Amino acid sequence: MDGIESSAAPTGPPGDTGTSRHAVSRRRFMVYSLAASTLTIAAPLACDTSPAQGSEPARGPSDVLVTGADEEMLVLEVTQANKIVVRLPRVEVGQGITTAVAMMIAEELDARLADVEIPLADARTKGNQYTGGSNSVVSLYGPARRLAATARARLVTAAARRWHLPAWTLRTGDTTVIAPDGRTATFGSLSASAARIRRTSVSAKPKPASRHKVIGRPTTRIDARDIVTGKAKYTGDLSVAGAKPTVVARPPTLGGKLLSVDDRAARALPGVHAVVKVPGGVAVVAESFHHAFQARDALRIKWAPGPLASLSDAQIRSRLKAAVPHLGAPPRGSTQVEAEFEFAFVSHAPMEVLTAIADVRAHKAEIWFSSQTPTDARDSIASATGLPASAVTVHVLRGGGSFGRRLNFDAAIEAALISKATHRPVKLMWSRGDDTRHGRMRPASHHRFRASHAGGKVVAFGHAMAEVGESHGKKGTASQAAFVRPGRVQAAGPLPSDSGLYDFGRLSGDSGGIELAIPLGAWRSVGSGTVRTAEEIVVDEIARSLGKDPVAFRRTALRSKTVTAVLDKAAAAGNWGRAMPDGHAQGVAVHEEYGSCVACLAEIDATDPKHPRVTKVVMAADVGTAVNPRGLEAQLMGTAVDGISTVLQAGLHIDRGAVREGSFADFQWARQRHAPLHFEAHIMPSQGEPGGAGELGVPAASGAVANAYARATGTRPRRFPVNF
Amino acid sequence: MPSYSFTLNGEKVTVEAPADMPLLWVLRDLLHVTGPKYGCGVGVCRACTSHLDGEEIQPCVVKVKDCVDREVTTIEGLADGDTLHPVQQAWIDCDVSQCGFCQPGQIMAAAALLKKTPEPTDADIDGIENVCRCGTYSRIREAIRKAAAGRGGA
Repeated sequence: MDGIESSAAPTGPPGDTGTSRHAVSRRRFMVYSLAASTLTIAAPLACDTSPAQGSEPARGPSDVLVTGADEEMLVLEVTQANKIVVRLPRVEVGQGITTAVAMMIAEELDARLADVEIPLADARTKGNQYTGGSNSVVSLYGPARRLAATARARLVTAAARRWHLPAWTLRTGDTTVIAPDGRTATFGSLSASAARIRRTSVSAKPKPASRHKVIGRPTTRIDARDIVTGKAKYTGDLSVAGAKPTVVARPPTLGGKLLSVDDRAARALPGVHAVVKVPGGVAVVAESFHHAFQARDALRIKWAPGPLASLSDAQIRSRLKAAVPHLGAPPRGSTQVEAEFEFAFVSHAPMEVLTAIADVRAHKAEIWFSSQTPTDARDSIASATGLPASAVTVHVLRGGGSFGRRLNFDAAIEAALISKATHRPVKLMWSRGDDTRHGRMRPASHHRFRASHAGGKVVAFGHAMAEVGESHGKKGTASQAAFVRPGRVQAAGPLPSDSGLYDFGRLSGDSGGIELAIPLGAWRSVGSGTVRTAEEIVVDEIARSLGKDPVAFRRTALRSKTVTAVLDKAAAAGNWGRAMPDGHAQGVAVHEEYGSCVACLAEIDATDPKHPRVTKVVMAADVGTAVNPRGLEAQLMGTAVDGISTVLQAGLHIDRGAVREGSFADFQWARQRHAPLHFEAHIMPSQGEPGGAGELGVPAASGAVANAYARATGTRPRRFPVNF
Repeated sequence: MPSYSFTLNGEKVTVEAPADMPLLWVLRDLLHVTGPKYGCGVGVCRACTSHLDGEEIQPCVVKVKDCVDREVTTIEGLADGDTLHPVQQAWIDCDVSQCGFCQPGQIMAAAALLKKTPEPTDADIDGIENVCRCGTYSRIREAIRKAAAGRGGA
């Protein structure tokens, strides 16, 4: 492997070719050539595997270990067929990362977007292959552009040599190099000779933002046609030889234990291949999912109730309330605005239920599924099956939604165990009931606020909270132990409210919690989805206490001009303060995280408070450079529906240790009739480094919906969802 | 096992299956037509929405025996060769899809709606029950309007 610096005057390689590791301690960005007969180059990714804390800028690696493979790397290949192929160490779950990366590559190569292909990379042994924390564009923006710019320089140099022309006279466009006399050569035709080039004759630096033609242009998803024609393949759509449909009978209660199973009737049914016990229940492998479900239902199983069988919502809520730490004394002479809020459990409920194909043999295993954490998944699958990690191959598939659910790999471990036990490849699918009743959820939480104001200004702001934490018990099952994103990810700091968003004087507070054996998981925007939503409601209540307008008050209290600017934009575009009929109202909220900020203005018709309709949503976001404004708008649109659903109508009840809801029939996720009739998103112009955006909108949308509901109904909503 | 014949996306197919086998699993597991998705199995999420004799159905709750000699159309059969159905084209033009999993069902539901109601009102569009967990509803509405306008309301 050779390394060249991504600059106009490349120096020698940082290390010789070979298989040993070389520490490269240069603070400049490196691009490596991989030995190949086509132009194949790789850019290291920052090796930060921890969840992004938000606003870290994309950074070049300083000390990079070169391993000779595409580990740790973003790899770009120019094929003879004139396709640019970049194997992406991230998962596509609808957030549009494949399109955003394709745009970065097309921009710097001057390739047609249609010629750029972004397959998802298999699990690697190291490096940052984590999809989460709204970190993908942030972490890929630098490496992807530098990689493509280097490839372009090599291709131009190869063409210059072929044509005996000065490289600086050549142009690139439409996946070709173009000579002044009109001759053209496709990148594919130049790939082999470009692979041998070490010293480029033109700059390999990415373009300045002022020359961007693709980045920043609203662009349709690269997989749009595949999706609308039904060609897009999800895990369950794959035909892996011999992998038979598999489902698991699960207990009625969370964590219920199998006492006995009589599987004679099930085994006697046609099309049943195997019945085996697994930690989560009893698995059935059959000829089709119809046969598998029928056999599952024919199992006669005795279950022992799970550890929470005596627990229902009322007790969980009172225990949470009791676990909220006390707030200290307020400043003397101040007026208090106090509020307590409760949030119910919420299912991730991706449309594609958890599905995994596993083929576990004596000495190796191969798994196919959609994973945000394939590296961790591979290690856990190896350990669960007793194989070395090097013997486990994890293929990452596109996911039908995630919202954080695919950070965990419960189903993949379960599929591997079933395959191992039955000595055959299996295609495991959790039913919607499994997903709702045994899947993970956003933890329920309780929040206590006290804002103290004096002289028209907030002088102290206290927020103490408690949320449910997942206890793994004495004997956690393999699937229960599947990766849980550690800790709460908040805007900053140990206090629940420590984002620095508002100038609220002295901040105080603490977090408590109760441990329950309930499967939990990071849910889009994680802690901010409740913490910041509740804060934004309190901000409205402070404004009311001070006799100020919610937008005007925020303008005086916000610290950041950038946040004030998005608030002003949303307020102006949404015609804040316009007269509305009785039972209708507007609400606003803002949020800042991941190096980005957003404001949301929602209008609601709550003339029937039991069936409110959010009629209009206007959002304004500043995310630095918006690589694909069309994709960003889509993400914001999605978070508006998250806000409507979680604030007004969708949650999970716990009844005597079991989840009451079982499908979208009773988990009341918003339908078309609940979605805004009018949605618009305004993207603030910026040439700054991109920030994260996938989760950004959730707290602002949730807060705006709650504030609109409060103003429309004259109530102070305290429990969410409101209609539950 | 009994066998059942029906027309699938313009071609006659015959499958051996239990009479009560839902069409969804006949399509997906026996015929490997995977456009219709499983999302709930009880006709609620509507990710599997397809057409039976031109009318919207949820194949997860339609038995194969009830499809005999009838015309089943899935998302794979909606386009006319390489020419997309106006609803599919509108879906691309409006960049509706995010994860895409529910969209074959959303498109089939929209196509069925427009066939019956060429100029749908907001209330008509609100009547579509298909769940989109990504929350693409606003673009779905825009795409349906665009497809309706493109047909000149015909």
